[in-house]
Amino acid sequence: MAVKAAFENYTGPNRDALENFHGNQLVYIGWDEHMMFPCAGVFPLPPQMPFGALVKEVVPAAFSIHPDFANIDWGKVEWLLDGKSFNPTLDKSLADNGVNHKSLIRMVTPGLNGINNSGF
Amino acid sequence: MEQAKKMNMKDKYNAMTGDLAWDFTYKTEAELFPLSDFEGIKIEDWSKWQDPFRLTMDAYWKYQGEKERKLYAVIDAFGQNNAHLGVTDARYINALKIFLTAVTPLEYAAHRGFAMAGRAFPGVGAQVASQMQSIDELRHAQTQLHTISQYNKYFDGLHDPFHMYDRVWYLSVPKSYFEDAMSAGPFEFITAISFSFEYVLTNLLFMPFMSGAAYNGDMATVNFGFSAQSDESRHMTLGLEVIKFMLEQHPDNLPIIQRWIDKYFWRGYRLLGIVGMMMDYMLPKRVMSWKEGWEMYFEQNGKALFDDLARYGITMPKFWEQSVEEKEHLTHKLWLTFYAYSHAAAFHTWIPEDSELDWLSEKYPNTFDKYYRPRLVYLREQEKAGKRFYNPSLPQLCQTCQIPMVYTDPKNPTQRVYREVIYKGDRFHFCSDACKEIFEHEPEKISQAWLPPHQIFQGNCGGATIPDVLKHYHFTENDGGEFLHSRDNANWNLWKGLTPDEEAA
Repeated sequence: MAVKAAFENYTGPNRDALENFHGNQLVYIGWDEHMMFPCAGVFPLPPQMPFGALVKEVVPAAFSIHPDFANIDWGKVEWLLDGKSFNPTLDKSLADNGVNHKSLIRMVTPGLNGINNSGF
Repeated sequence: MEQAKKMNMKDKYNAMTGDLAWDFTYKTEAELFPLSDFEGIKIEDWSKWQDPFRLTMDAYWKYQGEKERKLYAVIDAFGQNNAHLGVTDARYINALKIFLTAVTPLEYAAHRGFAMAGRAFPGVGAQVASQMQSIDELRHAQTQLHTISQYNKYFDGLHDPFHMYDRVWYLSVPKSYFEDAMSAGPFEFITAISFSFEYVLTNLLFMPFMSGAAYNGDMATVNFGFSAQSDESRHMTLGLEVIKFMLEQHPDNLPIIQRWIDKYFWRGYRLLGIVGMMMDYMLPKRVMSWKEGWEMYFEQNGKALFDDLARYGITMPKFWEQSVEEKEHLTHKLWLTFYAYSHAAAFHTWIPEDSELDWLSEKYPNTFDKYYRPRLVYLREQEKAGKRFYNPSLPQLCQTCQIPMVYTDPKNPTQRVYREVIYKGDRFHFCSDACKEIFEHEPEKISQAWLPPHQIFQGNCGGATIPDVLKHYHFTENDGGEFLHSRDNANWNLWKGLTPDEEAA
């Protein structure tokens, strides 16, 4: 469907187009079963950033405040990219891993499901 | 001189509305009212527009003038008697801060919107009704501003509502609802505001809020509430009449109107969640729970309304069942969200006292103790240990409703709902099937949404750090954060002679 507008061929700028972010792209990162963080966070990151840097720098800044964080076995973390399970290559860039502008990365930590296993 | 016979109300109404219309001679109707048909609504006969109140301008000025005099007398008395000290607790003022910073600019937006609608409609009855409502809304904005100026002398967070409205992340939620309506055509606008907002949902905005104000000793709010109430009932009646008028004019109007009803029911419901949070968490003396309010005002009264409209072919708004499924989770999630982002808000949050947690257990027997009480108790312990929790990252927002994507699947309440659409190669995210569907219907429009976190990263909000952004919002260091450590709380204890042991929470 298309919007009904007062003049023909109405369109407008995509407010969040990639070129508006000064060389960065937006990446959303959420941690499943950890509702203490009520929603995924949004981060402006260079597409060339290695996925390993996202894991070492961005993810801790977002989530290390949670007591489960120190207990994460990083070898067992399951990743979801835009709703599909994926195996990131840590030394490859976000772009080469298929993490695009406004992609959503979800982190699942089996066995770690929030405070007292409550999903919080 | 012989005195003319006084006209009866109907004649007077006709003389002072319908007879004011001009017959145009050198311009066509299409040239004069270029916005009246692009939405697809077909009006055969504008003279069928019935104003149920038959209110004429002279009577309007008289009634409103009387109400104004009473209102300002009460405001003066409020100020002279330090009546701000009569509220139940300084925590209450935070509900008021949300209401006044969100709703007051909406009143002003409604004033603008009805002025535009009045210009756009070709029918004189609709023009006059829109003009009166436009003036009402301006008056409501003014009376609320006078209330703000009373409370602003004593409490933080109320100093810049109009500046904040255009910038602050959570105020973009009400702003975007109104701007979605105002940037549409006049028929969609009036359906969105007069019907969906004023008729279907306003009871849940106004009644619990005004009752809450009365229960909590806030006479200034009760005062502007009462002063607005007779206007609101007129607006509600107009909302219903507008829908019936459009439906009676042409059968082609039905699917268009149904879609607007679906859209603005959902957008309004999402917006009202914030009111629900006030009802359940922010009023020290509670009136009713969100769940009870939703059952009474929507599931019962709303259902009766839609049963009545069934004869026109109108059905319950799409996705209404979702609102019922969410009702035992909604407010807890939102309060925990604002709690987590309280350092970037212009009001305070806190963990309820034990007696309040018990009230929530009683009102939400299926969910509160199972999911939410343990979270609140954990956060309280963290706060006591000097580790008050704030979420360090900016939230992912829903493209349509602009609320952080915090909603969960009612069948699996620790699993967030994520929906997405690819439009012209870009990805867009949604909190629900309903918000996704609204986008899919008009992506050209909603892809332009001004989402505050994204604007921060584009460099349009004063800088990249939270202090830069808060400065851009005109927040001061006293406006947000934990209530227990707030200046409001310290002042309140001082004014009331309370010791820390006696204070709330």
